Amino acid sequence: MRAWLIQNLHSLRTALDRLTATPMASLFTILVIGVALSLPTGLYLLLANLQKISGVVNTETEISLFLKLDTSPEQARTLSNTLQKRPDIRAVRFIDREEGLRQLQANGLGDITAGLPGNPLPHTLVVTPRAPDAAGLESLAAELAKLQQVDRVHMDAEWARRLSALMGLGRDLVAMLAVLLGLALAAITGNTIRLQIYAQRDEIEVARLIGATDRFIRRSFLYFGAIQGLSGGIAAWLLISLAALLVQDSVSQLAASYGTSFLIAGLTWQESGILLATSTLLGLLGAYLAVGHTLRSLNIP
Amino acid sequence: MIEFDRVTKRYPGGHEALTEVSLKIAQGEMVFLTGHSGAGKSTLLKLTAAIERPTSGQIIVNGQNISRLKRAAMPYFRRNIGLIFQDHKLLYDRSVFDNVLLPLHIQGLTGHDAAKRVRAALDKVGLLKREKARPITLSGGEQQRLCIARAIVSRPALVLADEPMANLDDAYATDIMDMFRAFNQVGVTLVISTHNLDLIRRYGGRMIALDHGKVTSS
Repeated sequence: MRAWLIQNLHSLRTALDRLTATPMASLFTILVIGVALSLPTGLYLLLANLQKISGVVNTETEISLFLKLDTSPEQARTLSNTLQKRPDIRAVRFIDREEGLRQLQANGLGDITAGLPGNPLPHTLVVTPRAPDAAGLESLAAELAKLQQVDRVHMDAEWARRLSALMGLGRDLVAMLAVLLGLALAAITGNTIRLQIYAQRDEIEVARLIGATDRFIRRSFLYFGAIQGLSGGIAAWLLISLAALLVQDSVSQLAASYGTSFLIAGLTWQESGILLATSTLLGLLGAYLAVGHTLRSLNIP
Repeated sequence: MIEFDRVTKRYPGGHEALTEVSLKIAQGEMVFLTGHSGAGKSTLLKLTAAIERPTSGQIIVNGQNISRLKRAAMPYFRRNIGLIFQDHKLLYDRSVFDNVLLPLHIQGLTGHDAAKRVRAALDKVGLLKREKARPITLSGGEQQRLCIARAIVSRPALVLADEPMANLDDAYATDIMDMFRAFNQVGVTLVISTHNLDLIRRYGGRMIALDHGKVTSS
């Protein structure tokens, strides 16, 4: 057990030595892996942030029912109470037409109505649906529009549906990119390992002649692949964090122009862990595939 | 220890390095392989260490049939053989000490015990003071002795040496021969290829002569 540990530590050190023996080449390889990984990771992060925004918006999705002008406040209240009892509606808020006018004036928009003889606003019911998915919203809105006292229904369902479709497309893209660039990572690692093996040909031959098992020879190269993958993962993590930091300023400005604030969410600990574990495993996989094949092709007895 | 039974080795291209060679070397023997260059000395040693496979015939080394040896069993077979190469095959990216440590390390031996054995082997070949040096800074004779230290550190029962005295002046060659004789006295079987007949005459011992791939005297 102790010997096994020492042998593994030695292989690890050998791998690190080889990686640092050619610092520039290693750095570039790691950078390439980092960039390849940061693409799907970055897109994933973008989606996660969009989801965060749309999540906030979605829970606030409301359907405004503008009632006919001849509806009395009592009728409006009765309708409100009826709607309140529906299972697919969470809340109904009644806005009296006088109150609507006051709100308008309070928002500094009183000028618009100042020249008019009477209050142009109808009574309004603001309905908060219970299941705010795009399809459910649509059918609910259509149903409400058929009510007798309702003049017009206002809802922004279209953009919610488009966003949801767009997010679905985005998720597919992330998955595809992740698979493609994961393959690329394994290929890059495999290729560097192949070059490593050719460079270490003498050493492998000597080791083999004095009784090294294939496993012994393979081990340091597997460590090499894993370390390279891990380093690439770390590079990707740094690139993503840097990008998030750079974009934060303009996002804040954009959010400010909408009167809100928005903080870009970076990778969580868990997501960072998955990123690093995946890159390490892919590096290991690339190394594993390359080592077996290349060692056989060297044809060392 | 070593048994060749009508062994023929033909290389791709048709060159026949060994033709119907049969010989026996017993445990504890010290045998010299002689012959002009190209007579098949190296091939015979390579076949014995299973570095190459015979085209036909049977080779038994240490009780194991080489032709039936599986790739996975090869490392364990080789650990019983100390190989000394004409071109040394040292690793120049590590110290003298680490070069000799490699066979032990491969066998899973580490720590104090391994270091002790490495120093003992280096002491035997007179390189103890150079353990931190890089092989490239050693003279030709020192490199050859380093190669010997690496071959004997794992205490093999059989040592195969391919032209160990080539390119060495007489003083060094005598040194190395003394070393070999000392190993032989503690029971190690040695097969040494050389064309230095003077040396063999001086030290005595069994001689197997090869000529164009055939054993002419043994």
